[in-house]
Amino acid sequence: MKRAFPILAVLTGVLLSYALYEALVVAPTEQTMGNVQRIFYYHVPSAWTAFILFFINFFASIVYLIWRANKADMVALVTAEVGVVFCTVVLVTGPIWARPVWGIWWTWDLRLTLTLVLWLIYVSYLVLRRFSSSGQTPLLAAVLAVFGALDVPLVYFSIWFFRTQHPQPVIGGGGSIDPRMLHVLLINWLAFSCFAALVCWSRYRLEVMRRDLDETLALEALLEPHGSSTRTSHTGSAG
Amino acid sequence: MTYLYAAYIATWAIHIGYFTILLRRYTRLRNEIAELEGRTDLQKLK
Repeated sequence: MKRAFPILAVLTGVLLSYALYEALVVAPTEQTMGNVQRIFYYHVPSAWTAFILFFINFFASIVYLIWRANKADMVALVTAEVGVVFCTVVLVTGPIWARPVWGIWWTWDLRLTLTLVLWLIYVSYLVLRRFSSSGQTPLLAAVLAVFGALDVPLVYFSIWFFRTQHPQPVIGGGGSIDPRMLHVLLINWLAFSCFAALVCWSRYRLEVMRRDLDETLALEALLEPHGSSTRTSHTGSAG
Repeated sequence: MTYLYAAYIATWAIHIGYFTILLRRYTRLRNEIAELEGRTDLQKLK
């Protein structure tokens, strides 16, 4: 597995470079917005990737709640953290796109507000995991994740059921898209999904290392003569 | 084009920033593991 990582990293790098080339050079220029519409090829795949990661977090949290599996807890933590990174990209690229098109950076529109709430929920999740020293932290975090995940479909379907400033979805919704643009969008989504998987893998390995070290330190503290221990075990999971 | 480049640069700045955080965590963890191994060796010598 360790040998596969650099190969996958190089492949993902090539795919991301190709996706960037497609987005900047190959994709046709949109008639009304011009070149600024190309932000779409980063904004939308980042949003989809964040949604997928939050759904994995939701299922991993359910698995943890039922079976108390440590691996599921680690998957939940990793996907929440990487999901927050992708959601941050969505919240940053959105206003940069909105400024030249809508004339404003931000509006308290339903979709935008719900996306911000989604980001805040998962940031709270990570803060809980980082700073809570209770033994019940994974359980509390799993419950928070299950309720937090309810916001994902609300964000997605908000533009279907309500009139909002945000454009209609390009796939399965009221919007339409040039097939060449769709092709570039899907390539970028694939590239960002591979990148997200790679980052999740790295983060998961890091978490395994950290938990192993914590276990060793705890064991060492137990075996050492009383009062001679100079080290304390880490608390929290996101550190 | 300024907004387009700003969005692309911001995206990669966020990802590289997160990667840097992961790298720092990894380095810190490696140091702690090395320190622990060193301590264990010292105890064996004693």
